[in-house]
Amino acid sequence: MTQQQTAGPPSAGHADLAEEFLDRQTPLSRIRNILHRYPAVSPALVLLIAVVVFGLLNDRFLRVENLSLITQQVSVVGTLAIAQTLIILTAGIDLSVGAVMILSSMVVAQLAVNNGLPAPVALLAGLIVGLAAGALNGFLVTRFRLPPFIVTLGTLNIFIALTLLYSNGATVRGSAMPDLLTWTGTTFPVGPVRISTGVVVMLLLYIAIAFILGKTAWGRHVYAVGDDKEAARLAGIAVNKVLMSVYLAAGAVLAIGAWIQIGRTNAASPNAGVDLNLDSITAVVIGGTSLFGGRGSVWGTLLGALIVGVFRNGLSLAGLDVLYQTLAVGVLIILAVSIDQWIRKVKS
Amino acid sequence: MTMTESAAQHIATREPILTARNLVKTFGRVVGLDGVSLDLYPGEVLAIIGDNGAGKSTLIKCLTGAEVPDSGELFVSGQPVHFKRPQDARVHGIETVYQNLAVSPALDVASNLFLGREERRAGILGSVFRMLDTKGMRLKAKQELTRLGISTLQDVTVPVENLSGGQRQAVAVARAAAFGSKVVVLDEPTAALGVRESNQVLQLVRDLRDRGLPVILISHNMPHVFDVADRIHIQRLGKCAATITPQSHNMTDAVAIMTGAATA
Repeated sequence: MTQQQTAGPPSAGHADLAEEFLDRQTPLSRIRNILHRYPAVSPALVLLIAVVVFGLLNDRFLRVENLSLITQQVSVVGTLAIAQTLIILTAGIDLSVGAVMILSSMVVAQLAVNNGLPAPVALLAGLIVGLAAGALNGFLVTRFRLPPFIVTLGTLNIFIALTLLYSNGATVRGSAMPDLLTWTGTTFPVGPVRISTGVVVMLLLYIAIAFILGKTAWGRHVYAVGDDKEAARLAGIAVNKVLMSVYLAAGAVLAIGAWIQIGRTNAASPNAGVDLNLDSITAVVIGGTSLFGGRGSVWGTLLGALIVGVFRNGLSLAGLDVLYQTLAVGVLIILAVSIDQWIRKVKS
Repeated sequence: MTMTESAAQHIATREPILTARNLVKTFGRVVGLDGVSLDLYPGEVLAIIGDNGAGKSTLIKCLTGAEVPDSGELFVSGQPVHFKRPQDARVHGIETVYQNLAVSPALDVASNLFLGREERRAGILGSVFRMLDTKGMRLKAKQELTRLGISTLQDVTVPVENLSGGQRQAVAVARAAAFGSKVVVLDEPTAALGVRESNQVLQLVRDLRDRGLPVILISHNMPHVFDVADRIHIQRLGKCAATITPQSHNMTDAVAIMTGAATA
């Protein structure tokens, strides 16, 4: 075998690759190659810079209480963004994440408070609502081959209407709920800091989903489907099954998000979280996950959610109006996508 | 080369690995295949050529399970088989490299080789946590590439999108040829490649053949076909017009048969 290799054309492919790489070795392109290989690097840098800058602007920013507060503010969007990442990795998009979460939280709260069901049963019902919503989205995407944007735009309205119909527009207060439902809003001390249980639940979800995406065959199939659906099908992957399971998994994550939301706001309100849909997409995009699918990670999304949280918190501590926070987030999104496009030029 | 000649001599005596008998496939009123038969023997490269619409693609799709023929029979190693999906053909060791490559650009070489047949870790990590054996798969990918004589892919951790066209084709071919497959079907493997990269792929086809793996090659490129094929199946108007060899006919003859200007 080695004889054949030496006898054959002396590995023309190497020369090819070497030439290409030689051309690229300017400092800028080297940075680009690193960013391409490790997409979470750029959001990590942005977060680091933002924390340093806001820390210099206001000395209250870097206090542990404030940093703990930022993580709490991020916990709901951060959880929704996990579901959003899963969908976007398959080259889809889910406009209904916020609506599903609110619907699930209203079902949990009403069943526990108005119908007097035990808290675990109510939470289980919330999980079923999340799974059913995911199943509906997944069914429409896989069976009717509708674009996920259209499907979830439709179901977004359906879920909002269902939420209002079911709840009669009434908020359920946390004080009326069993302790288990508001458990995610409780805090426990770690040294000088108080950590919120909801944040811990969110972080555990990140660890679990990161493991599943990175270390299991299913995770690899999710990337393959988002990368090139036809290629995945030809490689023997049951594309529709993978898509369906992604929407179901997203639904389950959203149900857990509903639980965190109840604890965080100490209430279940049908009017909460209107802007959560877009915020979750923002976190995913700033986190370096490509809207074209197949590229990105949940860790990037966590960084993206933290960046948004840090900007909002830092700007308000600096005494700027809420409008400037929104403006800053808008600039961030466009910057993030521009960087993504620039990084993707590596392959051509 | 000696292996090729001996393989050619064996054709008369050996059992075919893949046999098709009287395949018919119609699409509405259009007849795609009109009773096509074909034999593929161990250790040969069988090229399938034909004009556009002659039924090349339909024939290949029927052989690889992408289409189900209306009538006719398929045999693998003498056993009758019925393919309803590409997976059915794969189970019988028939692997296809499609024209559009069918590799996932963002995944690395090893992940692409194992895509759809990943291996899990031993013990509780694999059975309960369903954790992938990434190291093991990379090691096996390297071994398979060495076994197949593919020297252009040294680093199996490189994302496929960073490879050249020829190297990507090598990944696709390696996936088809690896892991105990019996037949490799290549659909226009050199269509999108430059001269040097085409030669690499053709060398790869010869290497596979010399290792005893039969190859079905669909191509428009006559020089490539005559370069590597042992036998050439010419499709014309949904039928097999002739089966020739590069020794018995030249390219002009082949084109004449293909266009109906001559018969074998």
